[in-house]
Amino acid sequence: MFTVNGLIYKNILHIDKLEIPDHKIICLFGESGSGKSTLLKMFNQMLSPDDGEITYKSQPIQEFPSVELRREVVMLGQDPIVFDETVRENLQKGLEFAERELEDDQTLIKMLGKLKLDKSLDEDASKLSGGEKQRIALARVLLMKAEVYLMDEPTSALDENTEHLVMDVFTEFIRTHQKTAVMVTHSKEVAEKYADQVVYMSDILNRRGAVT
Amino acid sequence: MNEMLDITFWQLSTAYIFILILLAIVKWWKISREKEILIATFRMTIQLVLVGYVLTFIFENENMLYSLIVLVIMQTFAIFNIFKRTKHSMSNHLKKIIAIAMVTGTLFSFLYFDFIVAQFSPWYDPRYFIPIAGMLIGNSMTGITLGVSSLVEGFQARRKEVEAALMLGATPNKASQGIVNHAFDSAILPTINSMVGMGIVFLPGMMTGVILSGASPMDAIKYQIAIMLGITGSVSLTVIIFLYFGYKTFFNKYAQLHV
Repeated sequence: MFTVNGLIYKNILHIDKLEIPDHKIICLFGESGSGKSTLLKMFNQMLSPDDGEITYKSQPIQEFPSVELRREVVMLGQDPIVFDETVRENLQKGLEFAERELEDDQTLIKMLGKLKLDKSLDEDASKLSGGEKQRIALARVLLMKAEVYLMDEPTSALDENTEHLVMDVFTEFIRTHQKTAVMVTHSKEVAEKYADQVVYMSDILNRRGAVT
Repeated sequence: MNEMLDITFWQLSTAYIFILILLAIVKWWKISREKEILIATFRMTIQLVLVGYVLTFIFENENMLYSLIVLVIMQTFAIFNIFKRTKHSMSNHLKKIIAIAMVTGTLFSFLYFDFIVAQFSPWYDPRYFIPIAGMLIGNSMTGITLGVSSLVEGFQARRKEVEAALMLGATPNKASQGIVNHAFDSAILPTINSMVGMGIVFLPGMMTGVILSGASPMDAIKYQIAIMLGITGSVSLTVIIFLYFGYKTFFNKYAQLHV
């Protein structure tokens, strides 16, 4: 799905070669500051490398129009963002941004149920707890039924039980819909339990070229 | 028309007592602002005396070129004043857009006001041309200054929100909609407020001037209504042009936010 060749980004990343296969769940695992999030952002053009090449579906990624690419390769950032609106509007936001048809209330309620969010659609989303916001943000991207999911620590604000529940829902979604997921995590347990393949940042980073 | 009441030189100098009182107070309260007050008073006096001479010359030698030169000077001053008054660092691209918005927005509003609404004759009659252009440019300058600050602050404070929207495939336009709307709001609000308070909370400078010069209040309000509408139009137009092009400078060709 993605290949990385001779990528250099500031002093943060220096990767000779990396391949991300399609229809798989890949975990990027490494300590904080190892450049996981930075690398993830390059897969949907939120950042561009200083040098080197990233391809998506065998084409240089910069040849895709960024906005179109991001509708196909959706990313969920590290800090879950909710907009100052109701739960319903927050769930629809991804579809709205991507200029797609909105889902009906029933679908939204079903999605809330799957993620064990016992909330009404009319509730003010800004009043939710951190963990609830994170699940709203996740539900929002799942509703988009994108091709590729880039997830930056999608369960960081959740307790262990909820984390496993959410990961079960997410991975099942990816597998049944034949999607691809690249997930950043610092939890070795999550990486090893849910990923088809774990990429250790320490293995792919080429320290020789990096200026420290 | 009645003759305007003249103030003698000595009467005028007694008005400086206000400043002396102010200086005494700040000194007494140990607010170190004496220097600024003195400089401001001095500048105000000198600038107005100079303007008095310049305007006298221009009014006595009615000439299209002089009116246009004054227009260019006012415009240039206003644009640099916006740059100076904005505390945030701005990209050159953004500065260029500020200048373009100021020039096109105020010029279009002014020409409409001159040729359609007021129909000055000749169209460059400095008695009307200069003060009206000054009011449109001055108010638009304030509007853009507020708009620029709000836009830059918005992108800094809500960077994560904008990025989250981009990550979901939002266009830069859609991702910055909230910030742009807020910036428009803050830029236009003083003008709206001054329309609301007009005539009740204060008598605007221009109307006061027209009344002082001996015209009837009914004539004065006609001018005031027209100019107030003109100012609102000019402020909104310049701010809209600025925001329409300005938000784009925060994104690069890959629709990445750089703040």
